[in-house]
Amino acid sequence: MEAGMSCLTNPPPFWKNGPQPGGIYNFPNSSATHSNTSESQRSAYPIVTGTSVLGLKFNGGVVIAADMLGSYGSLARFRNISRLSKINDSTVIGCGGDYADFQFLSSVIEQRVIDEECLNDGFGFTPKSMFSWLTRVLYNRRSKFNPLWNVYVVAGYQDEQPFLGYVDKIGVAYEAPAISSGFGSHIALPILREEMEKNTNMNENEAIALVQRCMKLLYYRDARSLNKYQYAVITKTGAAIHGPVVPETNWEIAHLIQGYE
Amino acid sequence: MFRNQYDNDVTVWSPQGRLHQLEYAMEAVKQGSAAVGIKSKTHAVLAALKRAPSELSSHQKKILAIDDHVGVSIAGLTADARSLSNFMRSECLNSRYAYDTPLPVSRLVAMLGSKSQIPTQRYGRRPFGVGLLVAGYDSMGPHIYQTCPSANYYDCKAMAIGARSQSARTYLERKLEEFPENSLNDLVKHALRSLRDTLPSEIELTTKNCSLGIVGKDQNFTIYDDDGVTDYLAMIEGEERAHPPPADEPAEAMEAQDDDTPAAGPADPTVGGPEVMDS
Amino acid sequence: MDSQMNELYGNNGPKQVHFSPYAFNGGTVLAVAGEDFAVVASDTRLSEGFSIHSRDTPKTYKLSDKTVLGSCGFHGDVLTLTKVIGARLKMFEHSHNKKMSTSSIAAMLSTMLYYKRFFPYYVYNIIGGIDDEGKGCVYSFDPVGSYEREAYRAGGSASSMLQPLLDNQIGFKNQEGATVVPLSKEKAVALVKDVFISAAERDIYTGDAIIVQVVTKDGVKTEQFPLRKD
Repeated sequence: MEAGMSCLTNPPPFWKNGPQPGGIYNFPNSSATHSNTSESQRSAYPIVTGTSVLGLKFNGGVVIAADMLGSYGSLARFRNISRLSKINDSTVIGCGGDYADFQFLSSVIEQRVIDEECLNDGFGFTPKSMFSWLTRVLYNRRSKFNPLWNVYVVAGYQDEQPFLGYVDKIGVAYEAPAISSGFGSHIALPILREEMEKNTNMNENEAIALVQRCMKLLYYRDARSLNKYQYAVITKTGAAIHGPVVPETNWEIAHLIQGYE
Repeated sequence: MFRNQYDNDVTVWSPQGRLHQLEYAMEAVKQGSAAVGIKSKTHAVLAALKRAPSELSSHQKKILAIDDHVGVSIAGLTADARSLSNFMRSECLNSRYAYDTPLPVSRLVAMLGSKSQIPTQRYGRRPFGVGLLVAGYDSMGPHIYQTCPSANYYDCKAMAIGARSQSARTYLERKLEEFPENSLNDLVKHALRSLRDTLPSEIELTTKNCSLGIVGKDQNFTIYDDDGVTDYLAMIEGEERAHPPPADEPAEAMEAQDDDTPAAGPADPTVGGPEVMDS
Repeated sequence: MDSQMNELYGNNGPKQVHFSPYAFNGGTVLAVAGEDFAVVASDTRLSEGFSIHSRDTPKTYKLSDKTVLGSCGFHGDVLTLTKVIGARLKMFEHSHNKKMSTSSIAAMLSTMLYYKRFFPYYVYNIIGGIDDEGKGCVYSFDPVGSYEREAYRAGGSASSMLQPLLDNQIGFKNQEGATVVPLSKEKAVALVKDVFISAAERDIYTGDAIIVQVVTKDGVKTEQFPLRKD
């Protein structure tokens, strides 16, 4: 009797050297592989990345800037890519983060702009509507755990007012008179804010000069940056992307920095 | 009695190249009480005549708000109008959700056109039996659009639809030049006068049977009913009426809508001509 | 040895960056109900980690002439939630031909939050407004929709500093022989300013400015006061 019970509760194996009954079978040469993670991991990390984007409002317009490097980890992989995109005469976007995701979204935007032009009804993206739409797209992608790994800075001119907004990959979005994404938020943003406080009514040339100074500073300090950048100025007369600009650099005092070898 | 062979379904053409079911649907609009829409350079105004189907019931709503910047006035089947306005409201909400921008009126009306076209080309379906006057204000200024069961829509300077609306259109055509420069009050006066012209001479506009919708620069779409229209009615009170309405339009059209007589169908060449099908 | 080297130089094969769908963007909200008024306040700082994104992002949202919502936590969820609430209020208005009452907005918000119980809105909400009887009211929420009506409540990053202060000053807690006097509007606004100044001293996620919205039967009045910006 006891032997019978133990047989029921603890049966001997049907056969040896094979998978257990009820186990997962893996046939040799089968292409079907079984993932041992339950949820799918999609673009869970960025590959080719861009670093900071700077943005600054001035009296009568906005200026934004981004360098032209596409990094592959610590490798300076692509040295001549544009991270600014002109949407129309009143809107420019700048992008940091995964460059493939930026190219994907750029093509979506381009198609939408074409579709709207075909309607020919006088309406198109405005800085505000582009900003809102980006916020919704990025938030919805993060909610599906399939984020577009980007930070977008939207710059434009609408209703006689400059516009400057920030959206990141999880849908955090805000407007501010000075914006920087990524490493620039530590290095450049405090300088932008300080200068804006000193000069509350900055003009176009002063703003461009300030942003150029910050771009050079970022090249000295940000290991993922490049001394080649573009900047865009948006005023009521339109939007234009300038550059590439290759600023002069000076490494004379570099030898004084010691102790990090 | 003569029975039309080609009016059993919208998808069947008549040998004359007409879609009779569509034209009947256009007739449904003419059975509804009148609505007027006009615009100046800054505002768009709707005025509509409300009907009470019986002594026991209240007056039917004729003007519906769609969004802060758009409203419609309806003529025809009220139930169809409600379903269309639900559609328009959700499109407007979507635009604000995605783009943080009021939906351009021209795009809203185009969407409505595309929606209305579908049941005009499907077996077993019927066109919407309602015409709309859409008043809106967007970055391109004020707009008045007219939409039809035939899925046509028109961008108008001024328009009137519904029962005996020809008299209103006559008034509007005569005053057309004035509208662009009109102040809001003058615009409302024109709207009310043209609406009054659709009434038989023994009936007057009252706070009960008339409602207004106004939208414009720095003004969200607002509906004025009952006591809200008192001041506006006072502005045109006691004026001499333009002319008595033509005799061939029966005064009974003012009474309850009787909807089982598509009598004056396209068989009668003077009514419901193919104007809406063309152009 | 190898593992030590790897730890030191981070040479562990491909680098996996962890994706988190949430961020904490700080901010403090506060609401106080009086007899015939309510005060809703928030700071205007938007932060992430040790960085300040913006110094001018109020976290109070006017929902109607009688209702103001304070909402903070993950700013992406705050933006989405307030947008959806705005749309729902408009839908209500269209179908019922009237504005939604404060108590109904509170009940609706609760169901909206609980609907996302298993992927929550990471948001602390407090509603202040005038109820159907014309009395001031405050409703506080947790991120998954539990809610109650209260006299006063603080939420967000400095809530644990503000709440005991309010308990003492408005609820007369831990006071012996205190005479309970009804809270005036002026006292409420002054108190709200004071507690925010204190919070800004200790909480790095609270600062820059404070927005005070005072709701009465005549509508919503907004005031702004500076806080320390460091």
